Amino acid sequence: MEAKRANPRRRILLARIAIWVVGLAPPIWLTTALFRRTLGINPVETIILVEGRWTLVFLLATLAVTPIRRLTGWNRIVQLRRLLGLFAFFHACVHFLSYVGINHLFELSIIVEDVLERRYITAGFTALLLLVPLAVTSTKGWIRRLGKRWQRLHRLSYVAASLGVLHFYWKVKADTFWPLLAAVTLAGLFAVRLAYRKKRSRRRKEH
Amino acid sequence: MIIRIRKNSDVPSSEITPEQVYINRRKFLGTSAGIGVATFLGAGRAHAAPQDEEPNTWEEITSYNNFYEFGTGKEDPAKNAPDRLITDPWTVKVDGLCNNPADYHLEDFIKPSTIEDRTYRLRCVEAWSMVVPWRGFPLADVIKRAEPTAAARYVAFETLWDPEQMPERNWRPRIDWPYREGLRLDEAMHPLSLLVTGLYGRDLPAQNGAPLRLAVPWKYGFKSIKSIVRISFTEDQPPTTWATQTPREYGFYSNVNPDVDHPRWSQKTERRIDSGRLFGSRRIDTQFLNGYADEVAHLYEGMDLRKNF
Repeated sequence: MEAKRANPRRRILLARIAIWVVGLAPPIWLTTALFRRTLGINPVETIILVEGRWTLVFLLATLAVTPIRRLTGWNRIVQLRRLLGLFAFFHACVHFLSYVGINHLFELSIIVEDVLERRYITAGFTALLLLVPLAVTSTKGWIRRLGKRWQRLHRLSYVAASLGVLHFYWKVKADTFWPLLAAVTLAGLFAVRLAYRKKRSRRRKEH
Repeated sequence: MIIRIRKNSDVPSSEITPEQVYINRRKFLGTSAGIGVATFLGAGRAHAAPQDEEPNTWEEITSYNNFYEFGTGKEDPAKNAPDRLITDPWTVKVDGLCNNPADYHLEDFIKPSTIEDRTYRLRCVEAWSMVVPWRGFPLADVIKRAEPTAAARYVAFETLWDPEQMPERNWRPRIDWPYREGLRLDEAMHPLSLLVTGLYGRDLPAQNGAPLRLAVPWKYGFKSIKSIVRISFTEDQPPTTWATQTPREYGFYSNVNPDVDHPRWSQKTERRIDSGRLFGSRRIDTQFLNGYADEVAHLYEGMDLRKNF
């Protein structure tokens, strides 16, 4: 009995370690590759692209937690959600700061023009702004303080992810394969959530 | 052998342009002679190239390319094209509104012209740029040989399209191949318009558009079509790949212009590739007509370049 109970806890611990490793690896790898000059001919572009992709991966992973829980019954997976979400925010910040700092050298007028006039940047920037309150309120204290409102607030993660995917889709020139795959994944995750919600409300009505 | 005797009255428009072009050409040869044949650069004129405008390295030029037939990643063409693209034998078809349509073996196509080295700026529509020491010959040579008829007003170009050689996965949303580009006849006749056969004095690598590509240095890079198999003379403005794919973003002219932004990004500055730097490049201001305004601005006199972007 004791061993059985320890197992799931170990599984979460291992998953946590894996998330930390995967989450920190891209910026560490990018930095070393930058100094070793192995980032290709346009490192700025590579850094921004790679960090943008990892932002989406972590956003989708965060949003996959509940659907996976529903489909597999692995309830403890919820314990991973905050870490995944914070890594999504972390990569979004690295992505944005690379764009602001090394792409535009903190040239504010260009950045403001981009954010206001280029729709793909408007979408991406809005997504980042939406992630800020979610990251801030991810602590236990805020969860307690906000109570039911916390869940409602954190539904914004779906809006942020949708805007992130749109940002990606609007950015590419012709090969829309990856943005569309991201969109389909997001829609799939949302569909699973809705399906279970309907089931639950139907069950409630029956009782 | 057919000898065409032309009446005085039927001077094709293509013959009117060359005169002006010839005058410009002499001017152009005169100024560049002092600088040396190998470093043209558009230097020595009003829009002189800054002192630090050194050619990009072979490595930079040949490993960062847009050649979607070989993949959409910048490194894909260098990975895929050299092993797949068959450049020998290579045939170039010249057809449309001209007196001398023909299919040429590449060798015969190049032979009559004098090959020269010219270093041009290359400004990609994606806002990065390089300085490239091309080797080639004036596009005007080919046009004169073809003798476009009086009705011809445009030149259309086509890239090879062979799915066997080009691994573009056709289940993805894709471009309507073959890749097509075009120029107005006077643009094509301009002495700066170069048919390129080499780079740094060597044969052109596959990823750069071997064995024959265009270099039109005052226009965004995608106008400089790669791996050309067909050159046609037309009366109407020919459809071009990017302007057809996304007409809101890419026009037929696509002249480099810092005052006309791409809908999704600014064209005021560019990232000059420079692998000597930590971040691999430096931001510089984009010049009107990529710094070739003195040579080509007259082609667009009276035109609204915002509308004709």
